[in-house]
Amino acid sequence: MTVISQPLSNPSNKPIERSKIDYRENSLWRLTLRRILRQRSAVIGLSILAFLILVAIFAPLIAPYDPEEVLIGKEDITKRQAPCIHIFGCPPDKPQHIMGIDGNVRDEFSRVIFGTRVSLFIGLTTIGFAIIIGSSLGAIAGYAGGWIDNVIMRIMDVVLAFPSLLLAIAIVSVLGAGLQNALLAIAIVNIPRYARVVRASVLCVKELDYVSASRSLGASPANILFVRILPNSLPPLIVRATLGIAEAILEAAALSFLGLGAQPPTPEWGSMLGGERNQVFTAPHLVFYPGIAIMITVLAFNLFGDGLRDAIDPRLAQQGTEG
Amino acid sequence: MTNYLLRRILLAIPVLLGILIVTFTLARMIPGDPCKAILGEKATKVVCDRFMEEKGFNKPIYIQLGIYMNEMIHGDFGDSIRYSRPVTLILMERLPMTIELGIFAIILATIIGIPLGIISAIKRNSIIDVITMVIANVGVSMPVYWLGLMLAYIFALQLKGTPLWLPPSGRLTSGLTSIPFYQVYGWAISKGSATSYIYEFISNLYIFNAIITGQWMVLGDTIKHLILPVVALSTIPMSITARMTRSSMLEVLGQDYVRTARAKGLFESVVILKHALRNALLPVVTIIGLELGNIFAGAVLTETIFGLAGVGRMLFEAITARDYPIVQAFTLVIAIGYVMMNLIVDVSYAFIDPRIKLE
Repeated sequence: MTVISQPLSNPSNKPIERSKIDYRENSLWRLTLRRILRQRSAVIGLSILAFLILVAIFAPLIAPYDPEEVLIGKEDITKRQAPCIHIFGCPPDKPQHIMGIDGNVRDEFSRVIFGTRVSLFIGLTTIGFAIIIGSSLGAIAGYAGGWIDNVIMRIMDVVLAFPSLLLAIAIVSVLGAGLQNALLAIAIVNIPRYARVVRASVLCVKELDYVSASRSLGASPANILFVRILPNSLPPLIVRATLGIAEAILEAAALSFLGLGAQPPTPEWGSMLGGERNQVFTAPHLVFYPGIAIMITVLAFNLFGDGLRDAIDPRLAQQGTEG
Repeated sequence: MTNYLLRRILLAIPVLLGILIVTFTLARMIPGDPCKAILGEKATKVVCDRFMEEKGFNKPIYIQLGIYMNEMIHGDFGDSIRYSRPVTLILMERLPMTIELGIFAIILATIIGIPLGIISAIKRNSIIDVITMVIANVGVSMPVYWLGLMLAYIFALQLKGTPLWLPPSGRLTSGLTSIPFYQVYGWAISKGSATSYIYEFISNLYIFNAIITGQWMVLGDTIKHLILPVVALSTIPMSITARMTRSSMLEVLGQDYVRTARAKGLFESVVILKHALRNALLPVVTIIGLELGNIFAGAVLTETIFGLAGVGRMLFEAITARDYPIVQAFTLVIAIGYVMMNLIVDVSYAFIDPRIKLE
């Protein structure tokens, strides 16, 4: 009977009977998934993310009020009223508002809940856009080489020469304030990072034998690029993107905080925080909760991204730098 | 070494040219008629035509770009529309604030971040490590303006009346003024000259100015006003430094020469500080350098929160007020600062790591 050792799924190194091995176990994706699940930070990040996605999907069910509904005349409350939670001693005859009331007499909790939708949407769309444009540019630069490579990458260098938030501010000022323009600005600012990642991996593999083989078999450049080369850049791209979403959410919130991104009454955490920033001494809850919400969301993507990086990049895992 | 330096500087030139083109394009693309923006809505067609002729706005775009580049290269940033004063002068007044803020933030981030990273790496998986890494992860995920507001709430409101109270905004308590050193020493300066700009710059570094002129009240007050913004601005670089130091230390601690050093019977402190740390610092230096460049972006938010008249806030106000000359000049200065930082980081490799031969 043949025995083999299976280092990843069987760390104790005990021999396993070959007949018992389920070959599906060894697929690249399953191995990676298992490695990811062994990363503490990835699991924590993924759990928070799953929770946030559920909150975003079921927002109308969780939120007690419409996020844009002004409650003047409907309930006996005043603007910027402190949180009222019944189990913490708030009189039961008063309406419950667990995160208080905002400056326009709306339920803060409902706004924070609906804000999850906006932030996740921002993170995914901006980075999605940046990846599509960035990786195309990076792939073209890496594959074509020569002056095309030089021109594309020097342009990327120029974009990278500006601190990203400042460039985003400048772009929004050209396009005009608003969530859509803020998204576009953040996406543009992020393009060079993905271009670099993809270009690097294209350069790594484009001269390898299997690529030359495809070429000599008469495959078209597009086929070689998209089928043979680009899949190799997926792992670093996924890691970069997860961490990138975290940054994009922070940047978008900062733009909205400055009044350049999402406009009222959209329940966006950054603009909620920015709108009430001068009331921090009188109504701290209106600053506290949106900030915590931003932090938890960004933290989730950061933890997941870190875990992914450690799981996907075996060089790091071997050196024992996983968290 | 000289060759490398030269090549590295030459490579930065196309990037700087690109930055010039980008700032030019962005400023030209800001919506609105430049004549109306500068001379006001009531400007007549004749006045506007003369203005466009004077400023070269009616020339082909590439000639405009040429004029603009020529002005920038000669350091002529023009006059601010809103303040009707030379942009260079405004820059000299605002830049020192941001530099003070940025330098202290980076120093704080380094002196706390590196030791935390080392301790985490040595005591890997201990409770200290877990706590440090949780704090570091939370630190990079926190919006800096939120932290700033929360710090202001705690230290300026909740701790009011205690010795821990800190002012929530401004550079100095009202009533106190920082007297420029050239006035203290009675040096005469001619307005508008290059020296006067340099004097202005130095005297706006309040801490430095206070030390050289012995204005101890002002010094104490400035420092008190700087604490909260510096803490807020330093959280992200501090967290990044701690994480980077930890992973870099862990990598180095697994190397053969560290084992050899231990096998020789060296004290653990010698192994850690002399053998491991020095090698682990290389990537950390890179990160700190890059973070220094990012400080400007953080400064926009920190200065807004704490009501500080620095470059970041000025730029933001100029953008919203369509003050093109300030937007162009400030973006340019910040981007150049950023490129220079990258250059310094690259070159500093050679000095930190003798293994790297930069030929």
